[in-house]
Amino acid sequence: MMRQILAITAMNLRSLPQRLGSSWVIVIGIAVTVAVMVSVLAMAAGFARTLAGTARTDRAIVIRAGSNTELSSTLSRENTLTIMDAPGVRKDAEGKPLATAEIVAIVALPLKTTGTGANVTLRGIGRNAAATRPEMHLIAGRMFQPAVRELIAGRAAMAQFKGADLGSHIAFHDADWTVVGIFESGGDSHESELQGDIETVLSAYRRNLFQSVTALLESPEAFDGFKAALTTDPTLKVDVRRETDYYAEQSVQLSKLLNLLAYFVGGIMALGAVFGALNTMYSAVSARVLEIATLRAIGFGSLPIVISLLVESLLLALLGSALGGAAAWLFFNGNTVNTLGANFTQVVFHLTVTSSLLVSGVVVALFIGLVGGIFPAVRAARIPIATALRAN
Amino acid sequence: MKFLPLVWAILWRKKVRTIFTLLSIVVAFLLFGMLQGVNSAFKQTVDRANVNRLIVANSISFTESLPFSYLSRIESVPGVAHVSHQNWFGPYYQDPKNFIAAFPVDAEREAAVYPERKLPKEQFDALLHTRTGAVAGRQLAEKYGWKVGDRIPLHSTIWVKKDGSSDWEFDLVGIYDVPSDPAQENAFQFNYQYFDEARSFSRGNIGWFVVQVSDPARSAEVAAAIDRLFANSTAETKTSTEKEFQQAFLKQIGDINLIVTYILFAVFFSLLFATGSTMMQSVRERVPELAILKTLGFTDTAVLALVLVESLALCVFAALAGLGLAIAWFPSLKDAIGIASMPPIVFVEGILMAAGLALATGIIPALRAKRLVIVEALRS
Repeated sequence: MMRQILAITAMNLRSLPQRLGSSWVIVIGIAVTVAVMVSVLAMAAGFARTLAGTARTDRAIVIRAGSNTELSSTLSRENTLTIMDAPGVRKDAEGKPLATAEIVAIVALPLKTTGTGANVTLRGIGRNAAATRPEMHLIAGRMFQPAVRELIAGRAAMAQFKGADLGSHIAFHDADWTVVGIFESGGDSHESELQGDIETVLSAYRRNLFQSVTALLESPEAFDGFKAALTTDPTLKVDVRRETDYYAEQSVQLSKLLNLLAYFVGGIMALGAVFGALNTMYSAVSARVLEIATLRAIGFGSLPIVISLLVESLLLALLGSALGGAAAWLFFNGNTVNTLGANFTQVVFHLTVTSSLLVSGVVVALFIGLVGGIFPAVRAARIPIATALRAN
Repeated sequence: MKFLPLVWAILWRKKVRTIFTLLSIVVAFLLFGMLQGVNSAFKQTVDRANVNRLIVANSISFTESLPFSYLSRIESVPGVAHVSHQNWFGPYYQDPKNFIAAFPVDAEREAAVYPERKLPKEQFDALLHTRTGAVAGRQLAEKYGWKVGDRIPLHSTIWVKKDGSSDWEFDLVGIYDVPSDPAQENAFQFNYQYFDEARSFSRGNIGWFVVQVSDPARSAEVAAAIDRLFANSTAETKTSTEKEFQQAFLKQIGDINLIVTYILFAVFFSLLFATGSTMMQSVRERVPELAILKTLGFTDTAVLALVLVESLALCVFAALAGLGLAIAWFPSLKDAIGIASMPPIVFVEGILMAAGLALATGIIPALRAKRLVIVEALRS
């Protein structure tokens, strides 16, 4: 049995070059399906990774109750002080809380690529922000000074927006702001932002309300105590969330949309690829009716014939998925994309072709190959020998 | 025309192959209809924007407010016919997922600036006389089953009332239609006065102004005049036409057009191979038959045309089926993109694509059929 399978399969594969033209239909149909699915899913994966990278389980963000995002939240100065003094917040060497009370404002800067205006986050950060977010560090220039109109820009913001380069000036609220430093923070969403001193930004925007407090906790377990203390405080009306939960929630919508797009478009394309594969395999079978009938006449079983045809279509599918995955990786992995995030501002992220996406591409391809191969294979094994031999 | 039965017979010579090729093309055009339909629906939102209208927003970003006092100064600019003002209310209905586009407005000013909204006279009067009155577009009202007379609670994610609550209640006094652009029927408007008196902060501030110009040809000039009026003030303005404003907003979400183009390029690339291979095989198998046709007196050009018509029939028939499916399926996207039918232009584009595909896949086999030498072909 095994020997029969090997013999026929080897014979099939050796004759593949003669059927090169139609075999390409399977390979290309599958390659294109896999490439589209993997690329769209890579977009979702990149967005989720950027937002998840912003979050730590031992950091909490506090915004006004009922506001979903920082942008729509408001907190008074007294409230921010109460929040920072709550139990569970880590303290620095001087006993000050590792927390930062912040506002987010929006600045319109043109995109470097198209020149059209984009909303960029300007975040006013507190004095202890650097210690609260230890993953952030300057890679060029220096830190801004308080009370002077100076900003630092994230690495992604610098790459995407005009006017966010080191040393450039941004004019808003009747003053010139100078970008004095560039920071990176592991590719997270803060890299799409401009940051400045909270008091300077508040006074420039003539505001006196804060929007969020981010606090580094003593440990991930300290969260429950911290939350309980804030939600039972009668002077506060706030929502307390772990950063991981807060940012995961923000990527849900876009991820859902992109996944839907990937599976809807990918599903329809897969269907198309199945039709192409069926066509190719049926014509492969019909070209070899005589050959198959002869084999069966001299004693080869039906099963080896079915298996040999399946192997052929699965191998072609595998080749297609390899080409498709490689194309997605070559052309799109690491591509920079930006979209509107929860704060109505741009979040810059990179398409990320992960290995699990490539694996699911292979699975889809094999499925297409299987469906496209099984029906023609069964037909080949079922044609009455006498009819087939007489046909030509 | 008399050759149609011949083309038909040729197509069904190999049933299985023709059916699968047809289905591949149907699927590709289904995708074309859906994706290109969504893309062109977004474009339509921009195209339908009124050229008479300008949006005056804060130059820093349209989320920054402008003082109410700008209203009368904008009105005094020559060329300005009407001015209305709006704020971003940012509410949801019952669940954060049910986001509503709601705006506090001055009812009379709003009606002057948006003449295309059709609201019955008595409902308009009711809006004027009910402090907590509100009107909703037809599509929005139908989505949540709202009727005139309903009391509608909305939770604002931004605005807190003086009593500390973010829950605002409105009395629905009217439902309006926008026959020229049903996508506009998804908004909710209520009285600015109620909003301004009840909000706990930022009172007297406006989100942006909507200006109706008397002569659309002068809109650029009027926009420049408005921006000049507030230059070097504490809140500078940026005035753009409604069209530019919406275009800029859509671009911020992402380049939908580019993504759709990439996907469709991929789909048609693989389709080219699938259909092309079918046509090649079909001609290769029929070499003796084609030679006989030539023997019977068909000219080389007639044979060429025959193969091209065969490929055209295959592609166009399948494209019609695919686009038909897309048209049938399109209404299910209504909630996501706001329009209920595939724009007709997409159908025309689809048929043109099908003709292009037929030509591209048919031309090589057709030339081969044309060049056949009878004697050699019959001998094979």
